Amino acid sequence: MKIETDIAIVGAGPVALFAIFEAGLLKMRCHLIDYLPQPGGQLSEIYPKKPIYDIPGFPTIDAQELVNNLMKQAEPFKPSFTLGERVETLNKIDERNFILKTNLGTEVHSKVVVIAGGLGCFEPRKPEVSGLEKYENGKGINYMILDPEKYRNKKMVIAGGGDSALDWTIFLSNVCSELTLVHRSESFRGAPDSVNKVMKLAEDGKIKLLLNSALSELQGNDLLEGVEINNIKTNEKTSIKTDYLIPLFGLSPKLGPIENWGLKIDKNAIEVNTDDYSTNIEGVYAIGDINTYKNKLKLILCGFHEAALMSHSAYKYMNPGVKYTMKYTTVNGVNTF
Amino acid sequence: MTDIKINVQNPDGSIITLEAPTDMGLSLMEFLKGNEYDILATCGGMALCATCHVQVISGIEKLKEISDDEFAMLDTLPNITETSRLSCQLKLANELDNITVKIMGDGL
Ligand SMILES: Cc1cc2nc3c(=O)[nH]c(=O)nc-3n(C[C@H](O)[C@H](O)[C@H](O)COP(=O)(O)OP(=O)(O)OC[C@H]3O[C@@H](n4cnc5c(N)ncnc54)[C@H](O)[C@@H]3O)c2cc1C
Ligand code: FES
Repeated sequence: MKIETDIAIVGAGPVALFAIFEAGLLKMRCHLIDYLPQPGGQLSEIYPKKPIYDIPGFPTIDAQELVNNLMKQAEPFKPSFTLGERVETLNKIDERNFILKTNLGTEVHSKVVVIAGGLGCFEPRKPEVSGLEKYENGKGINYMILDPEKYRNKKMVIAGGGDSALDWTIFLSNVCSELTLVHRSESFRGAPDSVNKVMKLAEDGKIKLLLNSALSELQGNDLLEGVEINNIKTNEKTSIKTDYLIPLFGLSPKLGPIENWGLKIDKNAIEVNTDDYSTNIEGVYAIGDINTYKNKLKLILCGFHEAALMSHSAYKYMNPGVKYTMKYTTVNGVNTF
Repeated sequence: MTDIKINVQNPDGSIITLEAPTDMGLSLMEFLKGNEYDILATCGGMALCATCHVQVISGIEKLKEISDDEFAMLDTLPNITETSRLSCQLKLANELDNITVKIMGDGL
């Protein structure tokens, strides 16, 4: 798929979301790409229910609520999103002509690139069982559920014990033909309501529940056909035929592909010029947790400021010779596209 | 005396003993990070990311009991062990004296 836009933004964390708004005021359109299946970056992935106390104007606001508000604030500027894909390469063809490519082959063509990649790409944690790679990329093992319909009437095994493993088990119990949930511990510590639902599903025979259990072997030829599960208390092994294995052990950020884009990197962060948060490649900016400069603070409010300065500089770069004077939103309002 | 000893087991099995202050309000995570160990600590010590996972090789019986939140977070990991702890939830104090830990990292 090929997408064209003014500004391509790597990441869809809070800073990227606010950049849509700031760019929008200057009539620039944004397309965001994030490896996570939802926008919000660290806020929605790590601490959605925690209150934040240092957002100006909000004595307290829950992280997910801030993300929802940022989405709403950005809405008039009709941003588009590619979620669940990782940006692998950045190519500058010419001035005002960039191409980003993702792991699934999506191409985003833009005049400006903004990297708002935070602490890096959230990568899934993987279980310790050999041969995982063989079945990744569409051969039976997925670490994220992007399109639940894909699993309709299929057999699947979910491994993990956190809230996402519980929530997906509940949801998919109605979708797939056979579902087994495998968990290392004796009990679940997730939200009590979800735990009860999962227990009930197991009692009613709608799902199979294997506790004190871990994956011990993967079986199949080209595609995954089954898994062997080991009971860690009794060492008893069970083989299960399955079409899919979904390990859900949480995500952790890694700088990832950004390292190889020809940018100046210092300790996992991109060096920028604080005049406008531009990088060593003209037309490429870095804002939010991903950048570094003297006295950098990894705070949301600092990222917001960076997004504003970046937008004005990006406007000048995109429209050489065109004069622009800043206008207050109170004067001009928010004019949608 | 305000210093305690913390033994860190390296991936090759060898052990390094570090002197740790108990009067600075540090967590084991902060102390290990300060000693240049590779710990992400994405959530800054709020028991929300599990990137500070350590296995307590010896001395687990001396430690305060694990909280529900700490266990819930550890329980999401693929490589949890019987003596796993989140180092951000362990305050440097006398009961940690002479424990041995192995850094498990973020499980990636
Ligand atoms: C527990 C916790 C509490 C916090 N409390 C506060 C607080 O009270 N106040 C405060 O100001 N800040 C707080 N922070 C910090 C704050 O969350 C960060 O400063 C903020 O999330 C940075 O936003 P960002 O948009 O720069 O990056 P992030 O939120 O990290 O988002 C970056 C996104 O980019 C994506 N990405 C990276 N590389 C790629 C790639 N190659 N392809 C596709 N996607 C990619 C990632 O998947 C991620 O979703 C806290 C952080 C944590 C973890
Ligand atoms: S630092 Fe995040 S759980 Fe300990």
